[in-house]
This record gives sequence, structure tokens and C-alpha cells, in this order.
Amino acid sequence: MSLIVANELEKTYVAGDIKVEAIRGVDFTIEAASFVSFIGPSGSGKSTLLNMIGCLDPPTSGNLVVAGQEITGLNRQEAARFRGEHIGFVFQDFNLIPVLTVFENVEYPLQMVQNWPKAKRRSRVLEMLDAVGMADQAHKYPSQISGGQKQRVAVARALVTNAKLVLADEPTANLDRETAGRIIDLMKKMRDEFATTFVFSTHDPRIVDNVEITFAIEDGKLMRNEIAAGGGHA
Amino acid sequence: MLNIFKLAARNLLRYKRRTLLTSMLITLGVVAVLLFISVSGSFKAMMVGQITDSMLGHLQVHKKGYVASVDSLPLNRNLTGKQVNKVKQLLEESEAVEAFSMRIKLGAMFSNFTETTNIRLNAVSPLAEMATAPLLTERIIDGEKDGLIKPGEILIPELVAKGMKVKVGDAIVLVANNKDGSVNGQNFMVRGILEGISGPGGRDGMIHINDARSLLRIQGPEVSEIAIRLKDIDDLAPVFAAFKQELGSIRNKMDKPLFEVHTWEKLSPFFNIAKMIDLMTLFIKIMLVAIVLVSIMNVMIMAVFERINEIGTIAAIGTAPAKIMGLFVVEGFLMGILGTAIGTVLSLASIYAMNISQISFDFGRQTGLLLSPAIATSDVVIIGLIVVAISVLASLQPAWKAARMDPITALRHV
Repeated sequence: MSLIVANELEKTYVAGDIKVEAIRGVDFTIEAASFVSFIGPSGSGKSTLLNMIGCLDPPTSGNLVVAGQEITGLNRQEAARFRGEHIGFVFQDFNLIPVLTVFENVEYPLQMVQNWPKAKRRSRVLEMLDAVGMADQAHKYPSQISGGQKQRVAVARALVTNAKLVLADEPTANLDRETAGRIIDLMKKMRDEFATTFVFSTHDPRIVDNVEITFAIEDGKLMRNEIAAGGGHA
Repeated sequence: MLNIFKLAARNLLRYKRRTLLTSMLITLGVVAVLLFISVSGSFKAMMVGQITDSMLGHLQVHKKGYVASVDSLPLNRNLTGKQVNKVKQLLEESEAVEAFSMRIKLGAMFSNFTETTNIRLNAVSPLAEMATAPLLTERIIDGEKDGLIKPGEILIPELVAKGMKVKVGDAIVLVANNKDGSVNGQNFMVRGILEGISGPGGRDGMIHINDARSLLRIQGPEVSEIAIRLKDIDDLAPVFAAFKQELGSIRNKMDKPLFEVHTWEKLSPFFNIAKMIDLMTLFIKIMLVAIVLVSIMNVMIMAVFERINEIGTIAAIGTAPAKIMGLFVVEGFLMGILGTAIGTVLSLASIYAMNISQISFDFGRQTGLLLSPAIATSDVVIIGLIVVAISVLASLQPAWKAARMDPITALRHV
């Protein structure tokens, strides 16, 4: 079953008289529970594509269906609601909230976005922290844990809402080789365990080696896709 | 909502020093305003008390047109016995009235048998007058205070005493025009010297009301004015309105009002000073508003600027713009609450300390007046509400900016 379907997707930025075509007529499909990466040089448009899939940036034209919903026409409020319900994010800089503990960071989307009841929230957070191996660090603040641990917490936060899709923008860029490897393994394990689709924007060959489909982007165009295993086609 | 408060409180604690400094600024503003209100209020209440309790009373009733022509002390504008009884009945039935005093105001020639001058006099019943103006006896700077005045005695204003070189115990004579144009004279013994105060009647002498009746050859209970003391001066406005309506409805044969009612505020020039104190209080409040507005707005703008990336993160996760806005507004609200709470506690402690310290001051010829600052609960509540409301208001613009922030731009911010 297709989780993401993009059709003739375009994104043009206008600054005064200058027009920049960041994405030019891209078509692709990503199946549910797949492990996918967009690769390409800086400025190729991979982050723009990820932002459009994540309802953070609306396309200029074309169609984009995520989790069965056409998302191109969503307004600000609807987009926020859609992200909260269906999409998890993992950032290059981890982006944990510094004043919240590990537990509270993972709890945040359930509490502030989805309004889960307290008891249900607690068991779900503990389940996710256990899944990413951070249950024993739950009471610590982000400043008290390592970069790899922060990214584990970020993965738990992205998955805690049962998100169908996790978008990860350069998730290993700020991690050492060994830690990056462990994070990739963790995300793969999460995909297997929760049937979540992971879509990466990355330069990191370690991620590329592990994904099932790689979409290569250059100058806003989808140049090729390489299928290692599983579904997905351009 | 509780979660937003928790997160907002954590964010404030993140920058402890800045939160503390801003709260201190608000605290200082609150302390300044509350102390000013309490001290100026104490000063005002004391001065109002001096004026109403030593001369004017809280309210006065006259025959219509008397106050406009009070300079000539017209005997033909006195209240008749029938009119006096009507007012008396109303005052006796009112639960708000503590006491009232019937007065005859008159002008006379004052002679010490070698020199003659003019004098203005209040003729009173001593018991009723002392109940209506309880501080009146304090104005007797020389002579017997107890009992105020007896028939055949006169209290003379200090300036007349000095000018005419009259002492306590001296004999003097008063000669007064009667209503019919005839003249009558009567001997008096100087009982005491009366301190002058500013305002109408503040430099008048005093005789017993029965002496005034015989001097002026007045038959019956005719009087010039009825001074009224209320149980609680805070009831002045409603009682005044009620009396005005009640007495205003009584009309003469020409269908014109018979009576006029005035509050002390209309009769004394000190009311303008009291209004100036109120105006100064208003300006101090405006300064407080400015302090709170600028400090909170400054902090919240900084808070938004410093947390752009974080705002991008919570927006990307799916936090509704309204919640992001709420988060920053609550931060401003909490700082306002903190500053107000500390400021109120410090102010109340300072007021308590001032009362314990028994600070005294001089006002005009009055020395050793005790400063007894007090603050009404309503003032504390109003100031608190103003500070909190302004704190929220000052947070709105930065909070709005945070809520409207583009998540992508915010996430890219370093």
C-alpha cells in the first residue's frame, strides 16, 4: 500500500524578481513500512522535498498524498494537526526541548499535541523509551546525555504517537561513526517493530547502504532510484 | 492548560537571572505604587478628617441659595422652624447619620470697649456640635476645651484675638443687625481662642446658639445651616444622593426647591488638593504600567528570539499555533504574577513597619501628626490585576510572532 504519492510536484521560491525552481515536476511513490532515502548534493532540493512531505512547506503545484490525504491545500492549522497525527520528525541537531527531561520530551507530542490521558501517556512513553534503550535515562535532561542518546530520544519522540511516517533530515550528521551506526540500526528495528515508514534526507553513505530505496535528486529533479529491497518506484 | 503553565514555568527558570531581574523591576513598580497609595491615602484621609471633623462636617443642608450668598451671611435665608423639622426628621431616620448640628451663622461688630472690628460667628449647640465636629475642641489653642461653649461665652478666632489684644477671660460686646434691620448688643466673656483653618468658616468665632437667638431676636428654632456627620465617610456619595433626592423633592409654593445639600468636597478648597493627590496616584499607576509593559515586552521578545529553533521544533511536531502563543503569553503572565506577589508582600510589610515606627509629620500649624498608611484590599487587587493584564498584553505581540513563525525558517535558525 502506498503511503506517499507525489505527482508532478513543483516548488518555486520567489525573491523579488528572482525565481528559484527548487523542485521541478517530481513523481514518486513510497510504500508503507519502507526505509527510504533522498540523496543529492547541497541545494539539490532533497530537504525541500522532505519539508513538502512533512507538511511544513506547501508545493507550488502538483499533487502530494500522504497517508491517504491530499496535503497540498492544507492551511496552517490543518497542516499542524496532520503533522501531529501522522508524522514524526528526527532532526540533525536532535532538537530536544532543553527544559524537559528525556521522559517529558517523549511525552510532549502525546501531552501537547494529541492530549492523551496521563496513565496511557506514561505507559506509552515508557514503552518507547524501553524500545530505544533510554528507559534508565528518563529523568535526565538533554544536557545530561550524549549526542547518540539524544538522537535515540528524538526517535522515541517521533514514534511515540504511532506516526505512520518518520522524516529524518540528516539524522546522523552530528554523530560519530559508531553512534551513527547504532542509530541507523535502531531506526531499522523500529521500522520492523512498528511498521513505520522512515524517509531520510542524507549525505551519509551508511544510511544509503541501509535503506531499501534511494532517490537521487539533482537540480530539483529526480534523476534515478535504486531499489535494494522492498517496494517503491519513481 | 496546566501543561502549558508547567512548560512556561520551566522556561522562566531556564533564565533565572533574567526572570528575577524582570520580576524585581515589576516588584519595584508595585511597591512604589502601593506605598504611594497608602501614604498619600493616609495623608489625604487625615487632611479630610481634619477639615470635616473640626469644622465642616461631611454634609451640609441650607436653604436654597444660601451657599451662593454665604459671604453676606444673610439672615433672611435661614431655614424656618418647619423646614428644620423636616430635615431633622430625615436625619434622625437615616441609619448612615452619626450626628448633626444646627448652626446660626452671623456677622457682628466686635468691641473690646476700646476698639471695634467685624467678626463672623457660628452659633451652635455644644453637644451636637462636638458630636458633629469631634476635632473642633482641638482647635481651641487657649482656654477651656471641655464642653466647648456655654451661654454668655465666646470663642474668638486667633487673628481677632491678636488684632484686638483680647485674652481669655476678657469681657467683650457683640452688636449685630437683626433680620428686621434693628440692632442689638450683648456682652460676652472670652472663653477661648480658636485656631484658624483654611476653608469656609475656618476663621469664624463661636457662641452658644441661644445667645445668637437672643442677640438676633430670633424666635423659634430657625437656623442657617445643618452640618451632618456620617458614620462612615465612604458612604458619602450614596447618602448625598439620597438626601439630595429626598430634600430636592420638597418644593415651595412657587414650585422651586426649598433646600440645597452640599458635600464637604463642594464646600472646601482642600478637595482640589485631594484631587491632585488622586491625579498623582494616576500618574504613578501609568508609570507602573509603562515599567511592566517595557520590561515584559523586552523579555518576551528576547525569549522568542532565543528560542526560534525550539519554536520551529514544537511547530514541526504538530503543536497548534494557538498553543505556541499560549505558551509565551503564560510566561508573561507568570512573570507578572511573580512580580505582583513579591511586590504586594513587600508593600504590606513596609506599611506594617511604617505603622509600627510611628512616623509623625507637621502640616501647617499642626505638628506631630501621625502617619498611619493603610491600603485597601480593593487597591491591592486593582494594582495586581493591572500588572497581570499589562504583562499579558505585553506578551501578546512576541507570542503572536512565535505562533506565526514559519517552522522551516525557525528550524534553520542557528
